[in-house]
Amino acid sequence: MPHHEGPRLRPPHHRVERRAIAWWMVRAALIPVPTALVTGVLYLLIPPARFVFGPVFLVVALFALAYLTVMPLWRYRVHRWETTDHAVYTSSGWLWQHWRVAPLSRIQTVDTVRGPLEQLFGLSGIKVTTASASGALIIRGLDRGRAAEVVEHLTNATQATTGDAT
Amino acid sequence: MTPDATRDVNGDVTREEKVGVEHGAPAAAEPDWHRLSMRLIPVHLTWLVAPVVSGVGTLIGTGGRLNLQALLTIASFTVAFLIVAGINLTRVLTTGYRITEARLELRSGLLFRSRRSVPLERIRSADVTARPLHRLLGLATVNVGAAVHGASAARSLSLDGLTLPQAHALQQELLNGRAARLVRRSTAADRDEAVDPAEPPVPAPVAELSWTWLRYAPLTIWGVGGLLAVLGICYNTLHEMQIDPLKLGVVHQLVAAFTAVPLWVAVPALLLLVAALGTVVAVGQYVEGWYGYRLEREDGGVLRLRRGLWKHRSVSIEERRMRGLELVESLLLRWGGGARLYAVATGLGNVEENRTRGILVPPAPRAEALRVADELSPVRQASPVAARLTAHPGVARRRRINRGLAVVALVTAVVALPGIWVPQFLVAAGVVAAVLLPCAVWLGVDAYRALGHALVGDHLVARSGTFARRTVALQRTGVIGWTVSRSVFQRRSGLLTLTATTAAGRGAYRVRDVTLAEGLSLAEQAVPDLLTPFLERG
Repeated sequence: MPHHEGPRLRPPHHRVERRAIAWWMVRAALIPVPTALVTGVLYLLIPPARFVFGPVFLVVALFALAYLTVMPLWRYRVHRWETTDHAVYTSSGWLWQHWRVAPLSRIQTVDTVRGPLEQLFGLSGIKVTTASASGALIIRGLDRGRAAEVVEHLTNATQATTGDAT
Repeated sequence: MTPDATRDVNGDVTREEKVGVEHGAPAAAEPDWHRLSMRLIPVHLTWLVAPVVSGVGTLIGTGGRLNLQALLTIASFTVAFLIVAGINLTRVLTTGYRITEARLELRSGLLFRSRRSVPLERIRSADVTARPLHRLLGLATVNVGAAVHGASAARSLSLDGLTLPQAHALQQELLNGRAARLVRRSTAADRDEAVDPAEPPVPAPVAELSWTWLRYAPLTIWGVGGLLAVLGICYNTLHEMQIDPLKLGVVHQLVAAFTAVPLWVAVPALLLLVAALGTVVAVGQYVEGWYGYRLEREDGGVLRLRRGLWKHRSVSIEERRMRGLELVESLLLRWGGGARLYAVATGLGNVEENRTRGILVPPAPRAEALRVADELSPVRQASPVAARLTAHPGVARRRRINRGLAVVALVTAVVALPGIWVPQFLVAAGVVAAVLLPCAVWLGVDAYRALGHALVGDHLVARSGTFARRTVALQRTGVIGWTVSRSVFQRRSGLLTLTATTAAGRGAYRVRDVTLAEGLSLAEQAVPDLLTPFLERG
């Protein structure tokens, strides 16, 4: 039901790295895949308990398959980011989608975040905190070099800010 | 997630903290250190009462013959309490504070000396609290809230055990002195207008407790909830002592008496009893928390709230930290025509602290809460929290009713599941569904009626919630970012939830389920230029 008469949010300019798809997939596989494997092995090894492990295996495996194929691709379509001279603008999520804007003048800290899996894929994330208690803006799935550039840009752009950004 | 590089954008914050650490070297003409009151020593010695009592109690209980296990237990008990008392006593004896030209300095510790210093400019609040034991001795605790970043930010600055005059003097000095400094700076040209901190202000209270408000006490959840909590604690304590409360004679007799009368008498009687006790507890809570309630507007733009019967609380909020007001009407309170009023201010602390320290008006008539809101608005006009709001699209009502129906379906399914084996459960499920269905629909409609938003002058106003209907009026300049959220269902019905992020209060305030066009226009109008570059039309 699109309402075309009013304004719409345009997607931010930049996509995240394509490698992020693989990263999301691996991260999402960490729990359901071993669970499916364990129930599968139990199904094979304990014939009397097959009536339990059979359905459990099927449910977990089907869920994992659907989740692992749908979620990363969907996220890749949604996750985007952009920085201007005045603001940071991000979009993220898949079932629940979020578009967030924070003006550079209100930024308090800019951090680089990199988990072990992200390092494996050569990815990097940026965490931008404002004075709000409601959580930081996070851009995940950037190239390492790119992330460093963005952090540099944001830090320089916000350095001039006076006051405590509340 | 390993933070790899952290850069503090706000360079001056870190610098000031470093200066604070280095500031230890004494400069010329520095004021003396103030100490905590020695009257605090007996307070901490009460820690030793517990082991002594339990030791004597055990001696009496066992007739003087102690076995090794009891001895060890008591000994370890004593040692633990001695350590606690020792730590506290050391703190009392070594803690000191002073106010220099520009900073509040604190020192404490014997072996691990710590010294903290906070720029007075960064101090945002100074609350005076006096617990019953403290009050007996004329003592109080001062909690200082400061906007300081870094590792020390988590630790709040607290001076436990000042004499009451000392505490109030410190509070005054931190807040009024600060206000005076601000005035001095802004009107450096004509100094005669500067506020003289020595001259005591004569504030007229914005609000005071009226005992007629007590009728709202039973409408708070504290009644029955508090009663259940007390019962729970009693049961647990007895249980820990290996006593099954259900096997006590008194309880036995009660249960017997209860089962003797017919069910249709017993159940309403029990409900009545719970309600009556709950009312007593709620009224007690209200009196304890709000006795002597007085909200004042002091010179230098500070709101000060005093309250409490046993435990005295004095909270101060600088008006320039205020970013808005929030009117909260819980379901029962709303039915009774009552409401609470909260301040949306920065520097009050986390969400829980915002709840306890940000409250401006206790459960009181809605009109009274609104009167206070009017009085607090800068130009003394009708407060935006009472403004007429734009209703949200009808799809939002359907979403709320559907949500209620989903819960009913889930509950009914859970009740009906054993019906596969025991058919009576199917009947029970039918009854449950018949009872819950109208409730769910009513709650859904009520939740929809709560929805609303408006732009009123400098404020963004948003209302939502059925169990607790919250109306927030947030200063537009206090909005420091937007989040637009859309679930799958919202995308299908063309809705969005707009979240204004702010440094004050709970940090995020939502306008739920508005149409795409309406929500984005609202964000655009509320804070011009922030969202505009990211919008497209056509």
